[in-house]
Parts: sequence; C-alpha cells; structure tokens
Amino acid sequence: MISVALTFLGLLFVTFIIARVIPVDPVLAAVGERASADVYAAVRAELGLDLPLYEQFARYLANVFQGDLGQSVLTAKPVLADIARVFPATLELATTATLLGVGLGIPLGVIAAVNRDRWADHVIRVFGLMGYSVPVFWLGLVGLLVFYAELGWVGGPGRLDVFYEGVIESRTGLILVDSLIAGDLEIFSNALRHIVLPAAVLGYFSLAYISRMTRSLMLDQLTQEYITTARIKGLSERRVIWVHALGNVRVPLITVIALSYASLLEGSVLTETVFAWPGLGLYITNSLFAADMNAVLGGTIVVGALFIGINLFSDLLYRLFDPRVR
Amino acid sequence: MRRFLQPLLVAAVLLAGLPTSWAETPDDVFVMALQFDDIITLDPAEVFEFSGAEYAANVYDRLITFDTEDMTTLVGGVAESWSLSEDGRSYRFKIREGMRFHSGNPVTAEDAAYSLRRVVRLNKSPAFILTQFGFTPENVIERIRVLDEGTLEIETDRAYAPSFVLNCLTATVGSVVDRTLLEEHETDGDMGHGWLRTHSAGSGPFTLGTWRPNELLILLRHDSYWRGAPAMARVIIRHIAEPATQRLLLEKGDIDIARNLGPEQVEGLRDNPAIRIREAPKGALYYLGLNQKNPILAKPQVRRALRYLVDYDGIAGTILAGRGVVHQAFVPRGFFSALEERPFSFDPAEARRLLAEAGLAEGFSVTMDVRNTAPTIDLAQVLQASFAEAGIRLEIIPGDGKQTLTKYRARNHDIYIGLWGPDYQDPHTNADSFAHNPDNSDDSADKNLAWRNGWEIPELNRVTEAAVLERDAAKRAALYGELQRAVQADSPFVIMFQSVEIIAERQNVRGFVSGPTFDTVFYRNVVK
Repeated sequence: MISVALTFLGLLFVTFIIARVIPVDPVLAAVGERASADVYAAVRAELGLDLPLYEQFARYLANVFQGDLGQSVLTAKPVLADIARVFPATLELATTATLLGVGLGIPLGVIAAVNRDRWADHVIRVFGLMGYSVPVFWLGLVGLLVFYAELGWVGGPGRLDVFYEGVIESRTGLILVDSLIAGDLEIFSNALRHIVLPAAVLGYFSLAYISRMTRSLMLDQLTQEYITTARIKGLSERRVIWVHALGNVRVPLITVIALSYASLLEGSVLTETVFAWPGLGLYITNSLFAADMNAVLGGTIVVGALFIGINLFSDLLYRLFDPRVR
Repeated sequence: MRRFLQPLLVAAVLLAGLPTSWAETPDDVFVMALQFDDIITLDPAEVFEFSGAEYAANVYDRLITFDTEDMTTLVGGVAESWSLSEDGRSYRFKIREGMRFHSGNPVTAEDAAYSLRRVVRLNKSPAFILTQFGFTPENVIERIRVLDEGTLEIETDRAYAPSFVLNCLTATVGSVVDRTLLEEHETDGDMGHGWLRTHSAGSGPFTLGTWRPNELLILLRHDSYWRGAPAMARVIIRHIAEPATQRLLLEKGDIDIARNLGPEQVEGLRDNPAIRIREAPKGALYYLGLNQKNPILAKPQVRRALRYLVDYDGIAGTILAGRGVVHQAFVPRGFFSALEERPFSFDPAEARRLLAEAGLAEGFSVTMDVRNTAPTIDLAQVLQASFAEAGIRLEIIPGDGKQTLTKYRARNHDIYIGLWGPDYQDPHTNADSFAHNPDNSDDSADKNLAWRNGWEIPELNRVTEAAVLERDAAKRAALYGELQRAVQADSPFVIMFQSVEIIAERQNVRGFVSGPTFDTVFYRNVVK
C-alpha cells in the first residue's frame, strides 16, 4: 500500500510541476487576450497563481485529499463533476471494446498457435498486424464511411441520435445500462448501433495485442511435457488445447488484458474525436489545449488511479487462479 | 474457423435488422455541427469567445442590433427608438412594450439598466466595451439611469461619435438579462454570475435547454418572442471536432448544417445536389506583426519589402480556398469606413530593391511564431518560400495557440502571424488595436497590437482619439480612411486577408444568417 501511495504522490507532483512550467499562461487562457490588466490580476489571484509554487502545491494536495480537484475554467464546474459526466462514456466504450477484443482475440491467438506456420496462423497474424499498424483515426473514418454513410448499418458519430438526448434518466451514465433500466428498447438499440463501430475499431486494436500475446504464450505451453503427457493419456485434442494449455496461460493473460483495458479507459483521443464520443480522453485533451490546468491534473489523477486500481485487481485475480501465490 | 465466423455473421444480421437512424432531421428541429470547445461561459457579461457570442445572440436581445438584411443598419432591439441630447453625451432609449423574458417576466428599463451596470460591476474581459465610455462601478447608478418604466438613459463621459457608442451597444455586453430571475440566483453579491455561466435568463428567440460543454447545446423556442416565435422548436448544436465527421453527418442528413469544413470537405460536397455551399465574410483579419524591437524589422524599407513578398492571390486561391479574400486595410469589409484599396501585390524584384536600399542585399534571418493549426501553419510555409525569393531566411516556430500568444504578448517574437477579430462592429475596435499605442513601456496596462509590436506612434494616436469623438459621420469616415492608409503604407502590420466562413447546409434549409462578426449569427429565421 505504501508503494501505491508513493506512486500516487509522485504522479501528483510531476503533473503539477509540468502544468506550472509549460510556457502557457493559464490566466490568459481564462480571460482571453483582450482583458484589461485589472481583470487579469483578479483572475490570477483567484486561481492562486500569485502564491509561491510550494504553497500552490501544498494547497493543491490538501484539496485533493479532501476529494476536491478544483474548478474547471472551461466548463465552470467542479472537475470531479465533469469527470463523473465524461467517464461513463469512456467506460462503456472501453468495456465493450475489451469484450470484443478478448472474445475474439483469445480464440484467434489459440488457433494461430495450434496451426503454427500454416495458413490460418499467417492470416491471423497479418490480420493482427493490421490492427496494430493501421491508424485508429483512419480506420474510424473509413468505418464511418462504409458502415454508416454508405450501408447505413450502424449509427453515426455520438452516443445516440440527437433526438433521443435527454429522453431517459441518467442513473449510471452508461446509456446501454440506463436504457435497459428504463425499459426503453428503442433507445437501447439506438445506443447499440452507435457504440458498435467505435467499439469495433478500439476492439480491433486490443484484439491485435491480445491475440499476439495469446499466441506466443500458447506456443510456450504447447511444447511443454505435460501437453505430451495429456495427449498420451488419450485426452481429446480439444481438451488438451482449450483446457490444459489455455488454462495455464490465463494468469499472464490477465495482465495482458488488464493493461489493454486500462489503456482504453484512459480514453482514446483519436477515436473519441472521430466518433464525437464525449469521453475522458477528449476531455483531457480539450482541457490541455485550453490550458485548463485543474482539469488536466484531475484527469491525470483519475487515469493514474485507474491504472493502480486495475493492477491491484489483476493481482487479486492471480491469487484466485494461481494456487502458488495463495 | 466456421465456428468463429458464425457468431459474427449473426451479430451483423441482427445489427442490420435494427431500426435505421433518421434519414432526415424533423421539420421543426434544426441540427447543427459546430466546434464550440471555445465556450467557457454562457453569461453575456463575460462571453468573449466566438461560439459564446453566437449563443448569446440567439438567447438574448440587445438594446439595439443590426438589420439581418443589411448588417450596417442599426435597428431597435429591446430599445424601440433612441435619441441623443444636445451635448452629445446622453442617450435616451425608449424600451419596447410587451416584451417578455423566457421566465414570463416583462422586460423593463430596470432590466436594461441592471444589465449594463452588471457588466461594469462584474468587470469581466469584455467589460471595456462599456467602461471605455467612463462607466465605473461607483458611477453606474448615476450614469446609467431609469427615467421611468419605459425609458433608459445612459450618459457617457465625453461626447463620442454617436455611431461608435451605438455600435458598441450591439455587442454581447449590450444583452438585456432578466433581473428578477438573476436576483433569485444571486450568491455573495455576484449578481447571479455563478448561476448564469451555465444557465440562461434572456428574452431572445431561444432559451437554453441543455448545456453539456464540448458535447451538446440544445436551444428551445421562446413562444412569446417579440418578433414572433421562430419556426424551429429546437436547435440542437453538437460539438463535432473532426471536419470529416461533420461532412459525413451532413451528407447523411443527420445534421442540417456543418460549420467547420475544411477545403477538402467542401470540394467533395460541391457536386452534391442535396448540399448548398455558402460563403459568409467575417471581420477577422490575417496579418503579420513585425516586432519593432528587432532592429532589422524596424527599418521602413524592410517593413515595406515584406508587403511585396506575400503572394496574395496565390494564397487566397489555394491555401485559403474560399476561406479568405485579399484585404489590406485594418477595417474589414462590411464595416463602416472600410478601405478597399489594395496597393500591394507579389513583387520579389521590388522587395529585393528595397532590401538593398536598407543595406540588406544579402537578405537576413528571422523567426516567425505560428499557431500550429490550419490554415495558419500552411500560410507560414508559403511565406517561408516567398520570403526566400528576396533572400530572407524565415525560421518557423510552431506552437500551441496559447503558447504563441503568451510569447506575442510578452513582445518576445520577431514576426507573429495572427488572426485578429474585431470586438464589436465599429472601426474603432481595430483602430484602437492597430493605430493606437499611448504607452509603449514594457509594463503598459494596454497590450494592444501596436504595443505588442513595439510601435511608437504619437501622431496616429491623436488621429485615433479624434476619430472616436467626431460626430459627423462623413468626417469620421475620412479620419478612418486616413488611419487605414497610414497603417497600410508603413507600419509593423502586413494585413493580408479577411476571413470568410464557409457554411455547408442541406438544400431545404433557409434563413440561417451569418453576419460579419461572431455575435451576428442568427437562427431565428431558419425554416426547413
């Protein structure tokens, strides 16, 4: 726990310093370039920027520990409220994408490993490589052009058609969940149509990573003696591969999936831009361009906390799956 | 493999079977894609950003405004008529009868007075548009006064040109807010500012429905709007950052109008019969600022030579591609007294001659701070090539907008390439920026453009100051003509282009008005 706390403190310190030394004037960002000198001075004092740096940091720390991430200049709302508003969009997208990535990536990785150097392996590896190397931005736009503009199979950019905005009550912020709670299948299906494409684009990226890692982990296992033993025992090939071999790679796979999930939860700026998806990545980037430092710091802290949290969680899963660390 | 393809196919079929999205937007809903990430407040006393000004123009009524048919003619808004006293200092406004705020409260002279006083007292960024007439928090009660329920009088400290005072009142700070409502939402004497930053209290054609920063803005029709309720029941504005995405939505009919298309998207849409492309000239100017603290740029021949090193027509045709027209004076076209002469054209030979005269036949090296966004960065690259034709080695320093601006305001640049938008629709806004620098010291409070480029101009200061006091319109226009010619002939400013907004709308949309400033964009006449 101490290391977690230190990591967190280090993160706060580094982001705070970076936010203060970049050659951008946050006061100017807030008041605009034509403000008079007294307006400028008033806002500078309001933001606490006239205090010495160490005092600014001490104040900031004290506030953070009270759960106060400050006020955003851009939205005129508390940063925490802003994040609570944008994060569900990212969570919904990242979770759907990870489900796709895991659901397809693991089987593809296993198939590639079993059929090593045969055509199925080559096809899957090339497919994976493309997911890695094709820019998400481009893939998103082409996806929109084909599946939305031409074929009309999926919804356009945004989380819902605008006409559905504000129809159902927001309980969790996850539209798929909220619409089910409200029992509104029309909105659920609309939200589903909107999330499919961005989730597929992000899911493809995570699939590429997960399938490659599954393949190499499986290849290690397939040359082990216990596999040969299992085959000699007369177990079916299906059981040998999907139960014995795959069962043994699940522990390292958890790390792979957790890392991939965490990086999606940061919010994918490019995907969110192309799909006008109002998530965390876009929020942090917009804030950065507007020199809205409280929001940037707040966003970074949340991302950091997520990484730490997911790592802790995957450690817990290890214990569940691996008897040696119990 | 088949086992894995099966679920995919099933999913695809299921998805295709779901109800398709709207092919067209409903008849009484106007849907727009706009990059509105610049909005930091919705309070008209504080709004000073492009998109914020546009929002305020549709939610609030101002005392006076421009005719949507002819954006140089003033017409009454909340004020039905106005008159000026003999001494030229007191303006009397007769408040229009029967107007109501969205809350149902009547619009009175008290509200109008409260609104103007509020701008002065809150003293946010755009407050100078009013305080330049001598209003202070201490004197507003006395200088901005209610004569009776239907009459407001404001008294300026000097006898300014009436067109100047009236033009300033058409700016966003002239919006009339609902006093009764704001007093209900006042905390710690903030005149409802904290609340109004995310709510509305106006009498305009629309009221605020939903506001989610960087995501969604929904305006709802004001049924008892004094000019008659708009045809659109709802205006839905979505923040779509990516121009290519805006284009897809427009082609698909999911939006009615796209506001931020680049040249590539516009070219792709020209042949689409369902889309109309319109050009709306804006007041913003592309210019170069030459820091006079740099001894080379301070030479008159160098300043003049640079004017001959811009390929005006080439850039307008290619890089700007419709997003700008050549304009070489500081008052934009469409404004009172704008000078349309363009004495400079691309002439490297003349530039070389001037540089030789300045003893710089071999050219020189210089840096240029450039905001890292299109089309500014492309513009800079073309200038780099054309400057080279006279031996000038231009080093481009790209940076984020806030970063380059911070440097510019500290006078640490050599050349700055900027886009300057007028604050209100009167020539003084730009005269005050380009041709007025009363204090050139490093700690001057007023960091206008002439100051930022270190340009000392006692002569021009006097003309600029005289022009705001000239009550005869023809003489006033002549003074601005003189100022514009002086800045055009020799100044640290190479004024090159006036920006043009490209609007792409569905053919069935009519009545969207985009005037020369950012606060003259109106949705109220839109029909579909």
